[in-house]
Formats: sequence, structure tokens, C-alpha cells
Amino acid sequence: MHRRKARISRRTPANSSTVKVELRHIHKRFGNVHANDDVSLTVEAGTIHGLLGENGAGKSTLVKILSGFISRDSGEIVLDGRPAHIQSPADALRYGIGMLHQDPLDFPPLTAIENFMAGSPTTPALLNVRAAERNFRALCRQFNFDLDPHARVSDLTVGERQQLEIVRLLANGAGTLILDEPTTGISATQKTLLFDALRRLAQEGKSIIFVSHKLEDVEALCDCVTVMRRGRVVGELNLRANGAGRAHGDWPAGERFDVAARIVEMMFGRELAMPVKPAIHQDETALVLEGLLLRSDRLEMHIGHLAVRRGEVIGIAGLEGSGQQLFLLTCAGLEHPAAGSIYVSGRNLTRQPYSAFVKAGVCYLPADRLREGLISGLSIQEHVALRMPSRGIFINRAAAAQEAERAIATFNIRGRPDTAVEQLSGGNQQRTQLALMPSPLNVLLMEHPTRGLDIESTLWVWQQLIARCNQGTAILFASSDLDEIVQYSDRVIVFSGGRISPPIAAAALTADSLGQMIGGRF
Amino acid sequence: MNGAAAPQTMTPPARAAGMPPTFYRIGAFAISLILVALVILISGASPVTVIGSMVGGAFGTADQIGRVIATLSPLLLCAAGLVYTFNAGLYNLGVEGQITFGAIAATWALRLLHPEGATASLLPPPVAIALAIFVGGVGGIAWGLLAGALHVYGRISEIFAGLGLNFAATGIAIYLIFGPWKRPGVASLSGTQPFDESLWLGTFGKTEATPVALALGLIALLMTIVVMRNTYFGLRLRAVGRNLRAAYVLGVPARRQLLSAFLICGLFAGVAGALQVVGVFHRLIPNVSSNLGFLGLLVVMLVNFDPLWILPVALFFSALNIGSLQLPLSLGLESSLSGVIQGLLVLFALLGRGLAQVYGRKPEG
Repeated sequence: MHRRKARISRRTPANSSTVKVELRHIHKRFGNVHANDDVSLTVEAGTIHGLLGENGAGKSTLVKILSGFISRDSGEIVLDGRPAHIQSPADALRYGIGMLHQDPLDFPPLTAIENFMAGSPTTPALLNVRAAERNFRALCRQFNFDLDPHARVSDLTVGERQQLEIVRLLANGAGTLILDEPTTGISATQKTLLFDALRRLAQEGKSIIFVSHKLEDVEALCDCVTVMRRGRVVGELNLRANGAGRAHGDWPAGERFDVAARIVEMMFGRELAMPVKPAIHQDETALVLEGLLLRSDRLEMHIGHLAVRRGEVIGIAGLEGSGQQLFLLTCAGLEHPAAGSIYVSGRNLTRQPYSAFVKAGVCYLPADRLREGLISGLSIQEHVALRMPSRGIFINRAAAAQEAERAIATFNIRGRPDTAVEQLSGGNQQRTQLALMPSPLNVLLMEHPTRGLDIESTLWVWQQLIARCNQGTAILFASSDLDEIVQYSDRVIVFSGGRISPPIAAAALTADSLGQMIGGRF
Repeated sequence: MNGAAAPQTMTPPARAAGMPPTFYRIGAFAISLILVALVILISGASPVTVIGSMVGGAFGTADQIGRVIATLSPLLLCAAGLVYTFNAGLYNLGVEGQITFGAIAATWALRLLHPEGATASLLPPPVAIALAIFVGGVGGIAWGLLAGALHVYGRISEIFAGLGLNFAATGIAIYLIFGPWKRPGVASLSGTQPFDESLWLGTFGKTEATPVALALGLIALLMTIVVMRNTYFGLRLRAVGRNLRAAYVLGVPARRQLLSAFLICGLFAGVAGALQVVGVFHRLIPNVSSNLGFLGLLVVMLVNFDPLWILPVALFFSALNIGSLQLPLSLGLESSLSGVIQGLLVLFALLGRGLAQVYGRKPEG
């Protein structure tokens, strides 16, 4: 690593592909959401800069502004001391800024070499395939990428598509690379290759922005990390400050540990709220998971045994995308486990269709209310009618109207029975979702039950949920709000990088212990 | 912000200056009328005389009115069927093939019931005709469900599945007309040997219009209006069409709804095909569907999938089709003008709706 430092200092300013990137006071609003609130960030040439934060923290918005996919409301982008005018991805590429998206933005039906040539700023009328191929092979050799130029992109793995994007961006003169969650869905070998390539590029003087919510990757790779929360920069940490350029392995175990703890602290805040959930009094189990194996193309997770009692609330903590959604979908019967069994109220529902779960009193409330939970274009009353136990052919309008009025009154929804759900505010949509919950309800699975709600609505929602618990409903919910998790859970499980912690009583948790678990130490 | 941010950048900034949505719809309609007038002027006639000639051509004589009704009846059936698939979020372009296969099935039934060379059918003619229409419906269902299965289980776009099956159905019809079912001695594009006159569907007087077909068309339409407005089935269908995932999560059996939509549309289209055979052509011809399925698609798109408006629009389109046949005789113009007019109306109606959605002021709520 000392060698690296030497090389960096030797780089010449004349080299056009070495760029210091500065973002100054960036603001961006989406409707009521202040996605970037006065964000400033400096990335030195020759460094790898980590950008950490939960989903919704604003990091994707920020890098999309830098790469021209989103226009900023105000603020300045300065490259090597000169203001840059970036309005489109093509502009950004002219300034040498290239972005690697989480899901590679390539052309799957084309071959690797065709992709490589596409998007080149200097495309002549006739393609020179042979020259492109020479260039392609040379770049691949340089980074030990084993890519067949004539393979179809649709046949490549995500990791290989990333490699293709990297060489394509480099060939197009990128001096700044932005990588958005690049380590999701790639193999360990590909990750090593990627990290080696990125280190080498940094040594060559390129600036690299590494967006992630994986602590371990940031720790292993980055020179410097900026943490964002709720649209703002909440902290910056120079990971190589002590002993200038010390490699990851050189950190004493205790010190590494401190770094992780400090980052988690920046991401989530220090003090945890006090638990408010009343104790449960029932011993009957509502949901039992036995030897459950969950598998997606990105993750594989295992749960030995988990028994959730009636009236119990299990909070699911962890950085977003650690498999919480897959877990909840599996418990809801919307996905099938690769192995293991699921029991609801003592009945084995493993591999049963979703309708059997519904019949057993399982209900799933997705985070994306308008995309997965409610049906745009239908009114509150029509949702109620859809949920009513339909006996007969014709809709009982009177009953549906009455039921809708009742739901609107009890759940305090600001709308009329004939109001289309997409016209409701986020809070009222969540109230509508809650109003549509069936009764009796044995197991309720929720993602981010109060995301986007104001404090009053949040309290109200939890009042309703705890009322359900008192009637015997078991609740499992995932949230990125640690306060919410500690306040309302009886027990907490933590998801981290494909591993699931054993359940821990919420009262026994401290900010430190929870932070370490989220960072993957349990 | 992952992903969520990108689509928001697509919304145009002009929302503040938006007009009420009806403005765009009426505006688009006006523009389409102006363009129609322009097309007529370019082809060297006056719009007024063309309209006069078309009205005369559609409603001038009892015979012409009969033809309008003969076009309207199967059009109503197809449009009613397409209401189900459109509301389920499906572009069932396979409706043409479903008509054709219904016609093939009905022809097959009639050939069984009244073998060539026999002096009378095995069953009393009204029963035989009813049976043929029924079998036609079953044939339409088969073709519809085939497209549905390809879509639901094979994950093939229903548009491509439908178009592919359209070609297959036409291919089968041509094969039968030139092969197993060819007229004794000659095989020709004019179709199979006409059926015995006893198996022809009765008509209003000497016109081409048959009361049975009209009644079936109206019944199908009425049933569709009731189903879409008043039944749980219709509500679930709309739920699935607007948000398949959410409907499924809310407990709607989504696959069953989708397949039901294909089934009902296939049924109506198949009956329409059978009626073309027993009521209009009295034999199987290669182009037995007469593009009524595509016309039905235009009708349903023009009424924004709301069955209430199908009758007037279908009547208007039928009248355009028949009225335009007069143009070559009276004004020396191409009869394909009606297609241009229909296409323009639908295109601009869709454009108006799109603009209203993007730029229109949202209703207070």
C-alpha cells in the first residue's frame, strides 16, 4: 500500500482521466421528499470513496445527479476545480464520469463486443469491429477479466456484465467510476476481481465512488467513507488516516471493530428509544419455522428454528436488501422456501398455495403500497368489496358502502368511499391497507409499517397493531428505523449478509450491540 | 431512493399549466375530424358530399340497413368479449383467430349434422343451427384458452400468442377449404360448398340481417355491462387488470381471472364466427372473420373499455363500413376511406386520453 501512495503522488495533472470530483450544496426534491438536502462531497483523484446509507438516505439520488440521470434543483458539480454542466448521462460521460448501475444497463440481446462498442462518444459511421475487439481483449487482460467478446450478454452473469460495463466505460474515457451496490448478486471470486480492478484503477489516479450499504465491503475497499441519512451527510470517516494507506488486513482487530461501530452509529444514530410494547400473555404459537432455507439469485439464508407466539411482535433489523423481504414473502406463502417447514397455528402449510395461507389468517402488507398493496384506479369501497367474503355473484353495494364508511370512520382515513386509492396521501393509504386486514388475523407480516408517515400517524398505526396483538395476532415486521424496532418488538432478529441472528429480547438490546449485529457480528 | 427516483424524472414539468382532462379529449376529437376532412379533400371530394353519400350508403335502403345490422351483430359480440380481456389488462389481439376457429368449429358441426350429398340434416334445422353456434362458441373458447395458457403459463406476451394463433387459425381454414372440405371438383378461395338452405339462419325480410345474431350480440353486451358493473367477478377482473400483483396479494386468484377473461372473449368471438358461417356466408371462407375482431378492438379502445358506450360506437363503425361501400359508385372514391376514418378517430382518442393523463389537471380529491 505504500507503493500505491507513491504512485498517486507521481501522477501528472496533465492526465485528463484523473479527476477530483466535488459536489457542492446539492439539493434535490421529489415532491415532498427532500432526497438531497445540502449535500457536499469531495472525492480525491486516486481514491476509492464509499457512500453509505440506508435505502432512501439519498445516496442513489446523489450519484444519479453526478452521472446525469437526474437533474439537480440547485448546487454545483466541480471537476478538477472547474464547474461542470451535466444534464444527461452523455454529458457526464464527456466529463469522464461513468456509472455502473446495480442492474447493469446494457443490451442483453447483443453480444459483449457489440455492447462494448455501443455508446461510444466517437462512433464512426462504420464499425471497426476488429479494432474494438483488440481494445476489448487488452482491457480484459489488464484486469484479469475472462470475457468472451462474442458471448451474448443475456448469457452472462451479473458479475460478468459488471466487468463488461467497466471495460466499456474505461474505453470511453471514464476517469470517474460510480458503482451502485456492485457487490449484490456477484460471486466471491468476481468480488475479488472487482475489488482488485478498482484498486488498480485508483492507483492509476481515477476517482471511484462506491455506493453500498454493506459495511464489510466499504471497510475492505474504501479509503474514505461518507455516510448519508435522510438526505443529508451525517459523517465522514477517513479509513486510511491512521498510518496512511494501511491495508484492511493491517488494522488491529479492535480498531477495525471501532470503525464498524462508528459507521453504524453514523448511519442509525446513537440513542435507542425505550420499549413501549406491553408484555404478551399467551403461550400458544402462531407461526413456527423449522429448518427453513431461503434462496434467491442473490442470497441464501438459513433459519434453524423460530417459534412466534400469539400476540408477539418480532422486529426484523438489518441493512435493507439483506433478505428481509424474501423472508417475509416466504412466511406469507408468496414465495416457497427451498427447504424446511412453515406452520401456522399448528398447521403445516409448507409449499401450500398462497390461498391456503390467506385462509389460515396470514396477511402481508408490502412496503410499496401503491405497487403491491393497493390497486390504483379502484376506490376504497371497491377495495372493501374485493376483500369481503363474497357469497353470490352480485356485489352487495349497500354492505360494501356501509363497511367502507365504517373503515373510514374507525381508521380515520381522509377520503370518501368512492375516493380512488391513488388520490390518498401515503398515511391514508397505509390506514386503508390496515383497514383491509382480515379478521381473525393470526400472522401479520409487514415491511416498513410506518415509512413516510408523520409522527401522529405512526403512533396511531402502532396503536392499531398492538390492539391486534392483544387479540392474538403475531406480527413480524422489517424496518430500517431502529427506534421503531426496539420500541415495539418483543424480540428482534437481525439479517446481515445472508445470515440471520437468533432472536434477542428487545429490552436487552443496546445501540452498540444492535449496531454490531447489523454490521454482521453475531 | 433506489429505482424510485428514476420514473419521477420522467414526469413532465408542465403540470402547473394543465387544462382539465376533457379539454384534451375534445381537442383530440376535433383534430381527428379536421384530419378526416383533410383526407377527403386531398382525395378530391367535399367532406359534406362524402358524409351524405356514406349516410345514404348505410341507411338509404332496407337492404343497406340490413347490412349495417349484419355487421353490427358480430361486432357487438367481439367488442363485448374484448371488454373482459381489456379490463383484465390483456391485449387480446387473438380475437380474430378466435372468430375464425369458431367459424371452423361451426362448419365442422354442420358438416357432421348434414353430410355432403344428404338430402336433410340429421337433426331438425333449428336444433342443428343452435348446435353449430354452440360448437362455434366452444371452438372460440379453445382458441382463447390456448392463447391464455401460453400467456399465463408460458409467459408469452398475449399479443404475440394471439397474433401467432391468428395465423394458425387462418392457415387451418385455408387448408380445410383447399383440402378435406373442398367443393366437389373445384377448390377455390370462395370457400367450401354452401350449406343447404334449410341450415341458413333466418333474416329480417330479404335483408342480410338475422334477428338471432342481433339478439345474441345485444344479450352479450347487456350481460357484459351487468358483469362489469355489478358482480364480484367484474370487480376482480378490474383489480387484476389494474394491478396484478396487488390483486394477488389481496387474495384474488389472478390466474383464474386471466384465464376466465380469455375464455369469455373466446366464447363471444367463437359465437360471432359461427354466426358469420350460419348467418352471412353460409359456408366457410378464408377471411371469415372479415377483420371484425380488429374492428372490435378499435371500438373498445375508443370507448375506453367501458361497455356502456359500445352500442353507439359499434353502430357508427358498422355504418361507416357499409356506407363507405357506396363511395366508389357514387363519388369514385376508395371504400377504404372508412378504415382511415376509424383509425384516425381511435388514434386521436388514445392520444387525447394519454395527454389528459400526462398533462391534465388532476381532479380535486
